[in-house]
Amino acid sequence: MTHLNTQPNFGIPGRHYRHAYTPGDDFYEMLIEGHRDLSDEQSELMNARLILLLANHVGDLGILREAIGVARAGVAAAPGAP
Amino acid sequence: MFSTYTYPKYGYRRPGELGSTRVRRVPLVVVGAGPVGLTAAIDGALRGLPVVLLDDDDTVSVGSRGLCYAKRALEIFDRLGCGEAIVAKGVTWNIGRTYHGEREVFAFNLQPERGHRRPGMVNLQQYWLEQYLVERALQLPGIELRWRHKVVGVAPGADGVTLEVQTPDGRYRLEADWLIAADGAHSPLRHLLGLQMQGKVFQDRFLIADVVMSRELFPLEHTERWFWFDPPFHSGQSVLLHREADNVWRIDMQLGWDADPEAEKQPARVVPRIRAMLDQQGYRHVEFELEWVSVYTFRCRRMKRLRHGRIFFVGDAAHQVSPFGARGANSGVQDADNLMWKLALVMQARAPERLLDSYDVERGEAADENILNSTRATDFMTPKSRAAKTFRRAALGLAAEHPFARALVNSGRLSVPTEHAASPLSTPDGDEFEGWMAPGAPADDAPWPDAPRHDAPGDDEPPQEWLLHKLAEDGAGFVLLLFRRRPSAPEAAAIDALAIDPIPVRTLLVDPSGTAARRYDAGPGTAYLLRPDQIVAARWRHLDLRRVRAALARATAQEGRA
Repeated sequence: MTHLNTQPNFGIPGRHYRHAYTPGDDFYEMLIEGHRDLSDEQSELMNARLILLLANHVGDLGILREAIGVARAGVAAAPGAP
Repeated sequence: MFSTYTYPKYGYRRPGELGSTRVRRVPLVVVGAGPVGLTAAIDGALRGLPVVLLDDDDTVSVGSRGLCYAKRALEIFDRLGCGEAIVAKGVTWNIGRTYHGEREVFAFNLQPERGHRRPGMVNLQQYWLEQYLVERALQLPGIELRWRHKVVGVAPGADGVTLEVQTPDGRYRLEADWLIAADGAHSPLRHLLGLQMQGKVFQDRFLIADVVMSRELFPLEHTERWFWFDPPFHSGQSVLLHREADNVWRIDMQLGWDADPEAEKQPARVVPRIRAMLDQQGYRHVEFELEWVSVYTFRCRRMKRLRHGRIFFVGDAAHQVSPFGARGANSGVQDADNLMWKLALVMQARAPERLLDSYDVERGEAADENILNSTRATDFMTPKSRAAKTFRRAALGLAAEHPFARALVNSGRLSVPTEHAASPLSTPDGDEFEGWMAPGAPADDAPWPDAPRHDAPGDDEPPQEWLLHKLAEDGAGFVLLLFRRRPSAPEAAAIDALAIDPIPVRTLLVDPSGTAARRYDAGPGTAYLLRPDQIVAARWRHLDLRRVRAALARATAQEGRA
């Protein structure tokens, strides 16, 4: 059975990265840039849409259940907002 | 405030030009005796160019400012003959740790591999660095260092530049064939020429304090970079700690955009902040004194073009980044490294002027890469929208347990040299190669004489010599690395022919079974053509004189004429 992959996994398939941080940073910038000029409410809606799209792409309910569990566990224990 | 450093005062001399009606013409003027201008002047002098170096002050940098010198810059300083002084005085480190609250969430090692002469990073206050560079410059006959000579006018012409220079005794005119503007972020030359920068200002303020500690926070040989997001002693902001030379410690504290810069500089404000940090980190017994305090904002921006006819912009004058990543002075030193061999070939009429356009292409690419990485780190540190703040909080929260999120935590991606994948001076690979030593990449170091054991664990005896040092022997020209113990007869003939070409290529025989061979993915007979700035120009599985000459022609912008 496949498990939720929490190892670094960003990148373009087949491409080698000289610096391990680059593909993650590429993604993070894409994500923040995707929210640019949205109101808080719009951002929230965009995030929900994004989760639904990615969840459908993942598809495997076992993995999605695991991801929901990991995400929720951290929220209950999360430290104060920086 | 306390002081561990005595500022040298360099002597101003009244210039001979004052009172003369004749305007002197010189081949090359460098404006600005900071780390980048001094690097350019020293490199130029070592390449046989006479250099007039003008600076509006008569001492070194006030305050520690540029602190972290990365491996590539250290290798360049080695080539210029002052690397050892810098490394010996500075503080070597490779490990960086990033904390969220009290928990470590991310660590990096700038040099996980053995068998390199220089470490990932050396911390040294900018005033020490400049002092060593000035001392080196004064050893070289070709450099005329003029202190308290301020450029107040510049008139570019078709084949040169006329400068108006102000001294304590009056003004004079100076004509130069070529001009290098290394006059810093506020570049008076850039303003005089009416040239613009493009980029953005970040709405945040940072406190920077140099502090002398009564005791070490950690031993010198275990020096690390420590970065906190939201630490208990400075809630909601970020903090960076670096060790400097002479038991001085650099503390950067994020203050937010609303902070009052004048008030925040006052010791009455600064001291309690640092005390809180030391107490919370378990250093109650450590006393400290402030040496230098400043509050800064920063920009990520660059000039659209780094070359304007006979004028080149280098370092902060040409491009600026946030300090998180040590990409300022390091990229400036590489600008000079990239420019000077090209300028020397053009000034000596051994290459066409269009070779100089590749400075703009290559260092423009580097500026973009530095600005990209610096902007990303700054955006992570200073999230602007509620969504960005939430994502950061999520990434930091997940990072404690999940490796993928650790890699997203960005407290600065530290300076590494740009690999010029699409440089017009590079010859694309025709043969198959693995690894990172592709055309456009800076040459990796390796022990010399090479042997497989040199990067084996447990071998604590340092090698006596290094590949990059061998490259720079006999002047720093083009070098062919040939991975052979003994060349074949045709190889020997090619080596001899290349050695007496108009732009000569010196050959260095490298052990085909050693560390260098592994790093360069080289087998017996593999050949690499390296530029004078130690960047790979071309590589082949087999040496072919014609192909080397063609690659050399391309690397010196003489293609089609060779």
